[in-house]
Amino acid sequence: MAEIEGGGGGHKKGGKPKGKKMSTRVDFTPMVDLGFLLITFFMLTTSMNKPKTMEINMPVKDEQITEKDKTKVKASQAITVLLTENNKIVYYFINETTGEPETPVITDFSKGGIRATLLGKNRELFEKGGYKNFDSIPIYKEMYRMNKIDEATMRANISAIKNNKDGLIVVIKADDKAKYKNLVDILDEMLICNIGRYAIVDITDIERELIKTAMATINK
Amino acid sequence: MPKVKVPRKSTSVDMTAMTDVAFLLLTFFMLATQFKPDEPVQVNAPSSVAEVPLPDVDIMTITIANDGRVFFAMEGQQYKEQLINKMGELKQIKFTPEEVKSFSLMSSFGVPLSQLKQLLALKVDERGQFKQNGIPADSLNNELADWVWQSRLVNNNVRVAIKGDQETNYPVVKQVISTLQEKKVNRFNFITNLTTESAE
Repeated sequence: MAEIEGGGGGHKKGGKPKGKKMSTRVDFTPMVDLGFLLITFFMLTTSMNKPKTMEINMPVKDEQITEKDKTKVKASQAITVLLTENNKIVYYFINETTGEPETPVITDFSKGGIRATLLGKNRELFEKGGYKNFDSIPIYKEMYRMNKIDEATMRANISAIKNNKDGLIVVIKADDKAKYKNLVDILDEMLICNIGRYAIVDITDIERELIKTAMATINK
Repeated sequence: MPKVKVPRKSTSVDMTAMTDVAFLLLTFFMLATQFKPDEPVQVNAPSSVAEVPLPDVDIMTITIANDGRVFFAMEGQQYKEQLINKMGELKQIKFTPEEVKSFSLMSSFGVPLSQLKQLLALKVDERGQFKQNGIPADSLNNELADWVWQSRLVNNNVRVAIKGDQETNYPVVKQVISTLQEKKVNRFNFITNLTTESAE
């Protein structure tokens, strides 16, 4: 270790009294100890990952909006997703000819659950509309990664696909037994399935009944 | 056996290089650290694949605990000073300069305005014991709406972030969202943790 040397040097016999030769080396050990202690402290207290956020746009709440101002959605494009207790999802489509809801289906948040339904239906609608670009979102992302296109181009292309008029429109409703986690999960599915058009809407009594009857069949 | 003379070497090592590295790391971690403000309630945010980072400035955070209590926080000391004065004017409560100062240093809080003076009178380390019942956000007495509205008057670039616990019941979240909508906040963010699940 580096330390202060030259203790007990003393004067040589007979010579002129010389100033003690002090070594300039200083013991660094305590300083290094302190340094590492502080490093350890800061390493443990630092949280490196910043929280992430999910952006939500809600429609403007305005009593002045009349029935005819509201956007009409083609029945074939819409799916209503109802969130309920125990992480279950009940979803239904509207029959195009009768305008009545079709039989509700119970599913969950697993990979083969609501995601498969949303992806499948979305693809079907894209193909029906003659729009062939549905699968190109990963391609655009890959091109961006390889620096073939810049970020703005990638974003523009992806949002064009997401907001395509032929795509699926998801109406999200949650009942009183649903958890906040379910809401975030379903919004997450919107991101994963590249669905650009969705809305969070208040649940109606008819749909509460619908959930109740659907859940009754599963509990039997 | 003939003796082999091993030359005596000093055991002292030059530590300069190690010290350099140690202090370099120390500097890095010191600069990279931002201390978390102590929250009155522990919230376990849900996870998602969203990758947008939360901005540090111009943000107000509405925290919803899993038992339905609502907490409010706003970034920026100077904004908070203005905010509490404005809230005081609105509700005809006079806050002393000490209380204003104390409020500007406080992070998240969850008490009705009537109890705010009591909370501010406590020392920082005593606040943990104070039972915070959440900011009233129901239709009878919606103080959360006032906080949101006054915050937007104080800083018009402010964005709203909602940090809810996974297990929060949906009606509470709905109540907060509709409060925001009433106050014409139609764009807001949900704070989530990043999952490793791929977006395939």
